[in-house]
Amino acid sequence: MSMIKLIAKNSFRHTLRVILTIVGISIAVLAFGLLRTVVTAWSAGVAASSPNRLVTRQAVSFIFTLPYAYKDKIAAIPGIDQVSYFNWFGGTYIDKNQFFARVACDPETLFKVYPEYQLSPSEKAKFMSERNACILGIETAKRYNLKIGDIMNIDGDIYPGKWQFVVRGIYTPRTKSDDATQMFFHWNYLNERMKSDYPNRADEIGWYVIKIKDAAASATISQRIDNLFKNSRAETKSETEGQFQQGFVASSGAIIGAINIMSYLIIGIILLVLCNTMIMTARERTREYAVLKTLGFTGKHLFTFIAGEALIISCIGALIGLSSLIPIVQGFESVLPKGWFPVFNIENSTYIMAGSSALLVGIIASIVPIYRALNTRIVDGLRFNG
Amino acid sequence: MSSIISISNLTKVYQRDKQEIRVLNNISLEIAQGDFVALMGPSGSGKTTLLNIIAGIDRPSSGNIIVADTQIASLSETELAKWRSRHIGFIFQFYNLIPVLTAYENVELPLMLTPLSKSERRSQVELALNVVGLGDRMHHYPKQLSGGQEQRVAIARAIASDPDIFVADEPTGDLDRVSAEEILTLLDRLNKEFGKTIVMVTHDPYAAKRAHTTHHLEKGDLLQEESKL
Repeated sequence: MSMIKLIAKNSFRHTLRVILTIVGISIAVLAFGLLRTVVTAWSAGVAASSPNRLVTRQAVSFIFTLPYAYKDKIAAIPGIDQVSYFNWFGGTYIDKNQFFARVACDPETLFKVYPEYQLSPSEKAKFMSERNACILGIETAKRYNLKIGDIMNIDGDIYPGKWQFVVRGIYTPRTKSDDATQMFFHWNYLNERMKSDYPNRADEIGWYVIKIKDAAASATISQRIDNLFKNSRAETKSETEGQFQQGFVASSGAIIGAINIMSYLIIGIILLVLCNTMIMTARERTREYAVLKTLGFTGKHLFTFIAGEALIISCIGALIGLSSLIPIVQGFESVLPKGWFPVFNIENSTYIMAGSSALLVGIIASIVPIYRALNTRIVDGLRFNG
Repeated sequence: MSSIISISNLTKVYQRDKQEIRVLNNISLEIAQGDFVALMGPSGSGKTTLLNIIAGIDRPSSGNIIVADTQIASLSETELAKWRSRHIGFIFQFYNLIPVLTAYENVELPLMLTPLSKSERRSQVELALNVVGLGDRMHHYPKQLSGGQEQRVAIARAIASDPDIFVADEPTGDLDRVSAEEILTLLDRLNKEFGKTIVMVTHDPYAAKRAHTTHHLEKGDLLQEESKL
């Protein structure tokens, strides 16, 4: 018989109690993993942002536009590699519940600033050559079963009118954390319509995305851009893409904070569940620990028995919880309104955090029982009637 | 015959709140190697405390105690644990077997602390269980055994590591007369056939008759010695 066999036999001595404890830990690990996945999905834009991309927007608010004329002035600043520009289009596709980002862009520079959106050369060429062409992220194409050549009719709201686009490309993201749900179309298509229907809204840009040569120069270049347009009718606010995305996330900061706190409270609940089991177990075995000490087992052995038992229980709970996480997250995503989270993946860090928390909980839960077992005198332990 | 246990001026005092309770009072005692000694006395006389001190699971407040050539009072807890595993075999009144382990595994427990190989451990365990007549019950759990059989497993556990001294605290106290007789016969065999020193605490004069020497304690004092040799 090995120590491991002895620990394993002891772990399942009270089968019902241990099963309930393991189920409790599994559910807690599952809930922790799910909440962490929501938090990471919320912050996915920040995580996927590139350090050498700047975003320049209207200083007052993101909803106000900037002149198209800023493009060449920005491009003239030393250290800038590419300047691209975008307008949030909005609109309604099929009905108001069908949400995905619809964005007017400059096809010439889109893939230079966003190399993570991958499109075949032939699709790219067709997209660039047709005025009302659009490209879709693969997730949105799958969701609406759209194929190359299909027509998309969108009712404009920010930009009123009926808009028709032809799907000319379906892009794939380079990594799982890149957004595969967006729709991009020609900014010129939008601007020409504005020129004819709403001339005062023509030549306006929602935001500029600027690729810089050296990420370390982001603060200096941001400052230079903003200084360039100081005291103009549309002052700018430039920041790294990460800071820009963080600004969106920060607006939901209280909710994320609450979810974060809940996820850590769950770790506390696991700890209490396991502590309770281990303390009961150790108390019931006071006499046995005394017998083991009598036979010559030392404090080191008792430490191994008790901590080993707690770790076996917490590890089994963590394994069951983590292995159920993938189907549960997929189920959760399927019931969420589409487009809420463009990226909804279980991060490796979530697995690591959940697994290591369970291990840590196993160790912490065994501290009190170990302390008691080591400090109970053999003669008192042998007299114990639990 | 040389002494395997040598006790001189041993005193044990417990502190309960502000009150001092003197459990053993200036005890001096010699037990020869291969002797079979019974400790008798009314409840609270200090016989179990004396047994515990001899076995190295309790410490004296003052005095000297040498067991198997070792001044056990000066050993650290870890040293004492190792010493116990080499020199002392324990037999308890309530057997104290681990319920989730089979008879075989319970007997194997003290051998986990030795450097014996798996096959050496197996032969030791089988030998010990055969000595107590339970070779055919090796894979039974304690709850599948009678009280007498459980006590025999406990004795097998005590003899598995081949200690010099057996300490037995009321080994027949929880058994019927027939089972008690079997256990006493077994202790007798251990003493006569294997030359083991046995120190047994008992209330039962019938059990004490099996011992060569009986020491009586009362209120912490060692009274007279009865020798049948």
